[in-house]
Amino acid sequence: MEQVVQQVIGGLATGAIYACIALAIVMIYQAIDHLNFAQGEMAMFSTYIAWQLMEWGMPYWFAFFLTVAISFVLGYAIERIVFKPVHNASVLSHVVIFIALFAIINSMAGFIWEFTIKPFPTPFGTKSVLGDGLLSAHGAGMIAVTGIMLALLYLFFRFTRVGLAMRAAAANPDSARLVGIRVGFMNAVGWGMAAAIGAVAGIMIAPVVFLEPNMMVTILLYGFAGAVVGGLTSPGGAVFGGFAVGVVENLASFVPHFGAEMKLTIALALIILVLTLKPNGLFGRRIVSRV
Amino acid sequence: MKTTSPVTSIIAAIGATLITLGNNWKLAGFVLILIAGAIFPLVATGVFTFQITQLLIYAIAIAGLNLLTGFNGQFSLGHSAFYAIGAYVSAVLMTQYEMPFYWTIPVAAVVCFVFGFLFGLPALRLEGIYLALATFALAIATPQILKFKPIEHLTGGVQGLALFNLKPEAPFGLPFDQDQWTFYVTFAVTILMFFIAFSLVNSRSGRAMKAIRDNQIAAKVTGINLSLFKTLTFGMSALFTGVAGSLSALLIAFVAPDSFQITLAIAIFVGMVVGGVGWIPGAFLGGLFILFVPNIAEHIAHGLGWVFDLIRSVVPFFPTVSEQSAKGLTGTVYGVFLILLIYVMPSGLAGLLRLAAERLARARS
Repeated sequence: MEQVVQQVIGGLATGAIYACIALAIVMIYQAIDHLNFAQGEMAMFSTYIAWQLMEWGMPYWFAFFLTVAISFVLGYAIERIVFKPVHNASVLSHVVIFIALFAIINSMAGFIWEFTIKPFPTPFGTKSVLGDGLLSAHGAGMIAVTGIMLALLYLFFRFTRVGLAMRAAAANPDSARLVGIRVGFMNAVGWGMAAAIGAVAGIMIAPVVFLEPNMMVTILLYGFAGAVVGGLTSPGGAVFGGFAVGVVENLASFVPHFGAEMKLTIALALIILVLTLKPNGLFGRRIVSRV
Repeated sequence: MKTTSPVTSIIAAIGATLITLGNNWKLAGFVLILIAGAIFPLVATGVFTFQITQLLIYAIAIAGLNLLTGFNGQFSLGHSAFYAIGAYVSAVLMTQYEMPFYWTIPVAAVVCFVFGFLFGLPALRLEGIYLALATFALAIATPQILKFKPIEHLTGGVQGLALFNLKPEAPFGLPFDQDQWTFYVTFAVTILMFFIAFSLVNSRSGRAMKAIRDNQIAAKVTGINLSLFKTLTFGMSALFTGVAGSLSALLIAFVAPDSFQITLAIAIFVGMVVGGVGWIPGAFLGGLFILFVPNIAEHIAHGLGWVFDLIRSVVPFFPTVSEQSAKGLTGTVYGVFLILLIYVMPSGLAGLLRLAAERLARARS
């Protein structure tokens, strides 16, 4: 029993990573109605920016917020430059563009910062705060940061004009345009915010998985799994989903021959299971379209 | 009665054949392709033969995905999984059960059909981007599943399986080397698969597939069994891709989990979009793209060195770029190609060709 509790807490710590990414995925899904396959690479690139800023001697938190700001601008720019011209193209074309972005960002990062693995600092320290090596200070800090980010987003979407306008632009672009919301601009802001959230996620994850251009590929899959479990329309659900995936993954390591080696397969099975049983996720809204 | 000499009758036969072919351009084209395929490996270099064989294999896989996406409206970013299953079924049967290669193709086809059909069941409940996501997860998980310990005695685990000694020789003492013979086998299978593909999309079932793509509800009203046709299409699509995988095991003579990464699934997907969604011959154009464009991109990235010298003369802290890391830009060049392609031809090369043909027809009239 004690072992189970330990595994659950450990799972929550890794789950915080997935929750961050899942949150970013849901954000961009809300803004543009698409799943962004390049999301992980964007987060990875932002993390490199933070690393570079710190290399240049900036203090951690200054570099942190500066990176978030830069990422917002970059995300905004990607929408304006790459996505706006093909906004009305088919979903297939969009997926190809995501793939292209994936290739571009991945190879740019490798080109600028080389493919070697780099350590990344943590502001919280690595002492364990709970039990014996169960939950490191960094793990706790990560959970806290995810929580704060979720709260801020909730307030933003609930109580600010811009947040409301963004939700409207995503939910029903035509009606939103009629009431005077600049839908295109809102999409771009959505991209910017998703990039900024991705940056936070990347910076939080990097001390755990180390910094290298391919660090995000598997984490992105878990992020997707988390987002799907929670429901792609619900930011809170995505965070819950991320934590749930972390816990399930850790508990599965009890199964001999399976857990440790088949981690990705577990994520796959979770995605398919949830989508089959509850296509809108546990907390997602059911979208009814009139025929 | 006048007897004709054998020479005149042969000339008459050839003349009659030519007239028939002249009246039937489809048949003529087919015969031309057959002749070209028969001569090609005899005149081309070994490397080029290898590349074209690979092109045909990609084309089969892309055609398979096109059946699913282009004709039935279902997404897949996970076709590398079926490609892998096809390759592994052939490799395992050849190494562990000493089955001759030719017999492993139909077995791989059946196995992939079953897997595709089964994956099509959860896919029934998913639409658009959700299906893309589920298949994306499948593609990422595939190498890991292939490395799974309990089946290592079959699959060879991380090491994979080598088939170098098992490549079939040309039968009846025909004077071809292994690469040439591999081409002929692939060529024959390609013709068969594309014949099946064309027949399928023009059949009653093919019309049902297209009806589902265009309007599910209308299709249902006309009495089409939606779930049956969607899962069957998934199975057929997997079958095509599995046959391609099986042939690739023959061509490369080696299978290992890491040859079936997500990049392969993406390549097949990109090939389909580039060639043209819902246009079967586009598979060859798509195959051409995914076979050669990454190479071209690498050359371009390599040639970009002078640009960085220029930037460094302006921006002092710009890092020095070695040739090695300039090559790292390959992905960037490739990505830019893709984006430009989508901008210029949103419906792929097929759309471009169709547009050109329309313009031409209008200019003539």
